[in-house]
Amino acid sequence: MKFDLQKWINEGRLKSPWVVHFNCGSCNGCDIEILDCLTPVHDVERFGIINVGNPKQADVLLVSGTVNHRNKTALKNIYDQMQHPKAVIAIGSCGLSGGIFYDAYNVVGGVDKVIPVDVYVPGCPPKPEQIIDAVLVALGKLKASLEKSDEAPGQETAPAAGEQPAA
Amino acid sequence: MTRSIIPFGPQHPVLPEPLHLKLTVEDETVVEAIPALGYVHRGLEGLAQRRDYHQMIYVVERVCGICSCIHAMCYCNAIEKLMGLEVPRRAKYLRVIWSELHRVHSHLLWLGLFADAFGFESLFMNLWKIRERVMDINEATAGNRVIVSTNIIGGVRRDISEDWLKQILKDITEIEQQLKPMFDVMTNDYTIKKRTVGKGVLSKELCHQLGAAGPTLRGSGWAQDVRQLKYEAFDELDFEPVVEYDGDCYSRNKVRFRETFQSLEIVRQAINRIPSGELAVKPKGNPDGEIAFRVEQPRGELFYYVKCNGGKNPERVRIRTPTFANIPPLLAMLPGAQLADVPVLALSIDPCISCTER
Ligand code: SF4
Repeated sequence: MKFDLQKWINEGRLKSPWVVHFNCGSCNGCDIEILDCLTPVHDVERFGIINVGNPKQADVLLVSGTVNHRNKTALKNIYDQMQHPKAVIAIGSCGLSGGIFYDAYNVVGGVDKVIPVDVYVPGCPPKPEQIIDAVLVALGKLKASLEKSDEAPGQETAPAAGEQPAA
Repeated sequence: MTRSIIPFGPQHPVLPEPLHLKLTVEDETVVEAIPALGYVHRGLEGLAQRRDYHQMIYVVERVCGICSCIHAMCYCNAIEKLMGLEVPRRAKYLRVIWSELHRVHSHLLWLGLFADAFGFESLFMNLWKIRERVMDINEATAGNRVIVSTNIIGGVRRDISEDWLKQILKDITEIEQQLKPMFDVMTNDYTIKKRTVGKGVLSKELCHQLGAAGPTLRGSGWAQDVRQLKYEAFDELDFEPVVEYDGDCYSRNKVRFRETFQSLEIVRQAINRIPSGELAVKPKGNPDGEIAFRVEQPRGELFYYVKCNGGKNPERVRIRTPTFANIPPLLAMLPGAQLADVPVLALSIDPCISCTER
């Protein structure tokens, strides 16, 4: 039987997604709920989800909060440093659209104004259960894009980003 | 010796928040630290001109998700003073209960992160497990875990039923019992002492000169707590400010842990003494004039200045938060520290960047 290295790597990726979290102008409400997912009551490690500090090692990017004129470059940098395939989850009303701060002078808007977003989690702040669910939904998307890259090897496997508005 | 500059943050594994420090190091020793702020600045004070004074409560709650209830309480107090509203006693007690529960969960959160900063993962897990009980109380009594939104101008939005008050009493007793062994670990463990005793010492004079606030100030021997001003129902509750004298990370850590017990005790007192009665009075007209109000946040003194002109929208809301006051002390303790100690020192002031930058 032929040993398929790529299949083996893909399985590992889907079994244990590593997430990196970036606080992007959030009020901390969402961040403490994300951290809460790691703690014994919710315990995301049972799904193999591990929080890492280095974007280069991560498969999933969790972004909480609104994007402002200062941190949009930091956010873009972190996204660019991640390896393909990757998924982005925007957390909280702020990450979706700017939330309650939508018309404040330093707010650009939701996360999708700067980088493509795969999963949106509404709530202010969303519950830890919702965040865990979002990571699992994002895994489904990763799986789809991995399978696509298997059929057409050598192609870029980024999720369809759509047209990005000028920041 | 060659100098190099190491960026600390804005995305850092230890801190969930974008604190950015430019550290100049010589070998492993920090010689200079320059903070770079603005990653969380949203322009929240500017929103005051576009929201009416009721809507502004929800905006100020989102200055900081960790102590949201206390921000709203401070803002409501300021507006109530301007309008001359007398808040019912029961509402005042309920505000104390929610705000002290917020202090407990904020301190437990910090203690957990602090344990994580020096690599004590199991302590982090245990403390956060206990904290989850407090979040459950919040959810059951207010409907949301983090941002409770119970304060309105003139009182509170919801009541806590007798059954739930009894349940909270039972819960906090259990929380206290679970916390006691953690306190022993935090204060006696060899490794923790090695990482915290004598690190980041702030003398009593220096602390005062730099204008530190909250546990950072009390850890250096100043018995100063804004709750002594007896706002809300604190005039009928007994407590003493928690003070430690060494001014190092260990003292600040101990202050916060002892304050957690103190806050639980205040909640117990408040539940035992809570009177029955109305929940809120209706505000009439619009506020006019200017006012300043102070309350004690988990991180120190929180200051609101509100100016109204008789219109629907406040003219100016200025917020001065405790972390802003605590950044100069942090910069004073960093030079001379080892690079490996920087996360511990930075955390020891309990930085809340979203408060600072708003
Ligand atoms: S969605 Fe709500 S809780 Fe989350 S960062 Fe925004 S204001 Fe804070």
